[in-house]
Amino acid sequence: MRSVLLAVLIAAFPISQLWADEPIVVHLKNHKFSPSTIKVKANKPSMILLYNDDDGADEFDSSSLKIERVVPGHAKANIRVRALAPGKYPFMGEFHAATAQGVVIAE
Amino acid sequence: MIAALIIVFREMIEAGLIVGIVLAATTGVPGRERAVVMGILAGVLGACLVAAFAGELAGLFQGSGQEIFNATILLLAVAMLTWHNVWMASHGREMARELKAAGHQVKTGERTLAALSIVVGVAVLREGSEVVLFLYGIAAQGGTSAAGMIAGGGLGLAAGALVSALMYAGLLKVPAGKLFQVTSGLITLLAAGMAAQAVIFLQNAGWLEFFTNTVWDTSWLLPDDGQGTVGMFGKMLHTLVGYTAAPNGAQLIAYGVTIALILVLMRLVNAPATKARHA
Repeated sequence: MRSVLLAVLIAAFPISQLWADEPIVVHLKNHKFSPSTIKVKANKPSMILLYNDDDGADEFDSSSLKIERVVPGHAKANIRVRALAPGKYPFMGEFHAATAQGVVIAE
Repeated sequence: MIAALIIVFREMIEAGLIVGIVLAATTGVPGRERAVVMGILAGVLGACLVAAFAGELAGLFQGSGQEIFNATILLLAVAMLTWHNVWMASHGREMARELKAAGHQVKTGERTLAALSIVVGVAVLREGSEVVLFLYGIAAQGGTSAAGMIAGGGLGLAAGALVSALMYAGLLKVPAGKLFQVTSGLITLLAAGMAAQAVIFLQNAGWLEFFTNTVWDTSWLLPDDGQGTVGMFGKMLHTLVGYTAAPNGAQLIAYGVTIALILVLMRLVNAPATKARHA
């Protein structure tokens, strides 16, 4: 039993480089995401390349995506999005949640 | 101002609950105030450093530096909490019995205090760096919001401290004989929750890519995102016992393995002492 589990773990572990596709470029400016609706393929990992064009830092935050990523002002960040079941996954810029809102749609 | 209040409050609670548990777990251990204060100071200092170098940090490890950093300090905290629990399992009873007869107990007590000092520092570091970045961002935009930021941040800090203090006071209500059991249970769950959170960071960094499917989703009942009153409660549970509304397989494994590891280690070091008493 233990060796089977171990074999599964070893087999499953080093599947890296699943993000072969081009990253989805998103800009954050004046505390708004553009585009604010991001479409990704369901059941497939994807990558968001977020440019923070504002002066201050913000945090790309989504509990449904399980991502909390601080992006300093005038910096960019590669944000990995795990393979998602079809559905809507809202996210926000936590430091400016009033305006910085968006949604990832997996389909 | 409200944004500053909420963010500082949330981060403060996360760090404050951990400090409260550490304080309760070290009731009666000499020198614990110094250890906790040192941990907090080191954490604040570290948070400022992390915030200052956030850009450089994020750029490391192919852009996953922040995740790797977070995962590393979380796993460090897990190791320290584990070590504390195991150490207390073997020495806790004597310490409780001979609390007044300090002597070498103080010296040995200092070792587990150092571990908890690190846990406190790590908690403050993680939550504090977010606060620093956030407040710096508001300050950088300058002018009118600065006063509101200070007011909001101050209120958030006070409210967060109050909740943490209430939690600590509640823990102290536990009868002294049971306190050790309660705090070691809390620390076990705290460590398990941190391990599960570290898994998320490793997954987001692309370092851990198995069992990523969501196993269940109770976010309709109790979200853990800190939004609103219910979400705030969920977030507190998340910090305290690692509650996660939609955990994935690897998280559950990390959670279970951490608990099992701590319990087994505690039992192992405790076994001779128990036997001796029954004899």
